[in-house]
Amino acid sequence: MPTKIEKDQLSGTDTTGHEWDGIKELNTPLPSWWLYTFYACIAFAIVYSVLYPAWPWFNGHTTGLIGYSTRAELTQELDAQAKARAVFIDRIRATPIGDIRKDPELFNFAVAGGRSAFQTTCMQCHGAGGAGNLGFPNLVDDDWLWGGTLDQIYTTIRYGVRNANDKSHQSQMPRFGADQILTAAQVSAVADYVLSLSGKAKATPEGKKVFEDNCVACHGPEGKGNQELGAPNLTDGIWLYGGDRQSIYNSIFYAHAGSMPAWGDRLDDATIKMLAIYVHNLGGGR
Amino acid sequence: MASMDKNLKERSSSANMSLSDSPLYADRTKVYPRAITGRWRRVKWAVLVLLLGIYYLVPWLRWDRGPGAPNQAILLDLDGRRGWIFDIVIWPQEVYFITGFLILGAVGLFLATSLFGRVWCGFSCPQTVWTDLFMMVERLIEGDRNERMRRDREPMSVNKAARKGAKHLVWLMIAAATGGAWVFYYVDAPSTLVKIFRGEASKEIYFFIGLLTATTYTLAGWAREQVCTYMCPWPRFQAAMLDEQSLIVTYQKWRGEPRGKHKAGDTWEGRGDCIDCGLCVAVCPTGIDIRDGQQLECIGCGLCIDACTQTMSKVDRPLGLIRWDTLARQQVRATGKGSLKWRAIRPRTVLYGALLAIVASVILVVFALRNDSDLSVQRDRSPNFVRLSSGAIRNSYTVKISNKTQAPRQFQLAVEQLPGATLAIANAEGDSTTAAQHLTAEANSVSTVRVLLTVPAGSVPPGSTPIEFVIRDEQGHERASHGAVFVGPTR
Repeated sequence: MPTKIEKDQLSGTDTTGHEWDGIKELNTPLPSWWLYTFYACIAFAIVYSVLYPAWPWFNGHTTGLIGYSTRAELTQELDAQAKARAVFIDRIRATPIGDIRKDPELFNFAVAGGRSAFQTTCMQCHGAGGAGNLGFPNLVDDDWLWGGTLDQIYTTIRYGVRNANDKSHQSQMPRFGADQILTAAQVSAVADYVLSLSGKAKATPEGKKVFEDNCVACHGPEGKGNQELGAPNLTDGIWLYGGDRQSIYNSIFYAHAGSMPAWGDRLDDATIKMLAIYVHNLGGGR
Repeated sequence: MASMDKNLKERSSSANMSLSDSPLYADRTKVYPRAITGRWRRVKWAVLVLLLGIYYLVPWLRWDRGPGAPNQAILLDLDGRRGWIFDIVIWPQEVYFITGFLILGAVGLFLATSLFGRVWCGFSCPQTVWTDLFMMVERLIEGDRNERMRRDREPMSVNKAARKGAKHLVWLMIAAATGGAWVFYYVDAPSTLVKIFRGEASKEIYFFIGLLTATTYTLAGWAREQVCTYMCPWPRFQAAMLDEQSLIVTYQKWRGEPRGKHKAGDTWEGRGDCIDCGLCVAVCPTGIDIRDGQQLECIGCGLCIDACTQTMSKVDRPLGLIRWDTLARQQVRATGKGSLKWRAIRPRTVLYGALLAIVASVILVVFALRNDSDLSVQRDRSPNFVRLSSGAIRNSYTVKISNKTQAPRQFQLAVEQLPGATLAIANAEGDSTTAAQHLTAEANSVSTVRVLLTVPAGSVPPGSTPIEFVIRDEQGHERASHGAVFVGPTR
């Protein structure tokens, strides 16, 4: 392209020498504020890439002269946070669980800390609000398998249920149908009897007899359960494995044995205390 | 023919020349306003002293509110989230009062403009007030218009450098005091002043003082009339507020023209009263000539009126060649047939006035009905409801009670529109499920409790039921309520 740089009459600026259909382009210089900002950016970039991690290299990257690292900064912040919390954590560790409630400040910290720990370790089974799922107990209601006092909740969380820990809650309901302790007809009759305890079916003498012979040892003569053995209350209309007839039949025929980890093996004592307080405070605590 | 052609050609080429010579961007012509005395100058000084006095001194007013509360009469405590205005305490959720005051300000501005033109710009706008103050400093140090113009043309000298330096130093000091005073509206003034000088104040405080120092210094010292002409939106739409009945600074063209120099003893026959002394231009803070008529740059400060009054009394002609007047009255005056009354009351001003009254009364009524306590209820949604072993259904709610007074208060919390329901406070010692609960709300704060609402098995309404939480002050009669729902199984 032929270039013929000429001076534009109106603006006094040179043209670029390019021409398209008679239209010429002015070679207007960049505004000086823009140019100086640009130079400043270049200077900044050079200084920055010397001081801070900047350039990829074969075995990593340049680390910069002042040794800055986002990872180190994060660690520092986490440490600072842990230090800030330590004041309360230490007090929670030193205070008997029943006394924590007497100090509103400490109690609020425990509930908040318990909520946070619950969202990390418990909600997968018990649900975000503690309402449970089929096979995983509801922690918000007032029906407890292993007891709903603060100490009982603490023990359950710490040692768990039916796991390898020596102190975990242990109990096993027989597989009445599958192991041929009872016939299918007997299971069917006792299922009706169990339903009748919460007024959902008519009791038969046969069902009552099977219940008295096989079930009262754990669930009690009135079916009210036994928290020492984790035997559920059968009269309250709250069902862990479903309250319809088929579900109850299956529970008797095959039996269930839910398990919960011993959180004391994984979490520190202060966290377990906070979890117990949080769960107790959900509304069902005794 | 030939000479005419040549003439035309010359003219057109000279026109071309002037076009190509003129730059695309015209530099600012620096304005050197001259000092003037007179009625409007006195009014401007009075307004300046009043407004600056209010601005600088109000944070220092003290107001006893008892222990635990700040003793600054006007304090917008952003950290503590409270606005303290004498005995009124404004909480963050009540900032809608600001909206009301902004509307009042806007409509008030409309009303003032439709009546008196740009009085706001000319007399009370911060830009005008601070520029006036800065110009006064400039005059005291550098002298009046002619002296300043001469010195600016001269090469740098010790005298010039000293005067310029002194001027900028005083400007910066005023600017810093301005920024400082702004900060005092948000923090305790006396203790913060000490902290600022000891270097103990927070980074934010130094930042905002620095920011407002910089803007005050730049806008009032350097930018001046350019703020009004280029930056401010108000001149752009003031035309919509003005009409032919608004009082504006007016040069009475019919009386002044044809203008011309006048020697003592010359006749006034066959000429206008304007002697073209240029004083009205010299005193103008925006550097315009009011004799060109109403224009965008005119801020309506009235200094040219003072200037012309001075000149007219010197040449012994009737005063008021430049005066406050309306376009409509000028039209009648120009014909020489009598005069017209100023119509202050007209549909526009009546509408603005009514709007002003309505908004003001709405604010007043809302303020009068304002509660000293407030209730807010949020239902816990996970889980939606809980079935208890007795078959009863329970919902839980987070209840927040705001106590806006400076003393702890006792409240009775109850639920309406849900028969048979009982309330319990989560985490309360012992079994305390009752129809109503007694709560203590700490002074000047929000108390939060988790409330369990239980309805026995027989009387649970299906699905979602609207209910109402109510608090009653046990000593007074104040009542506050908040709607919520109770959710049960859908049968």
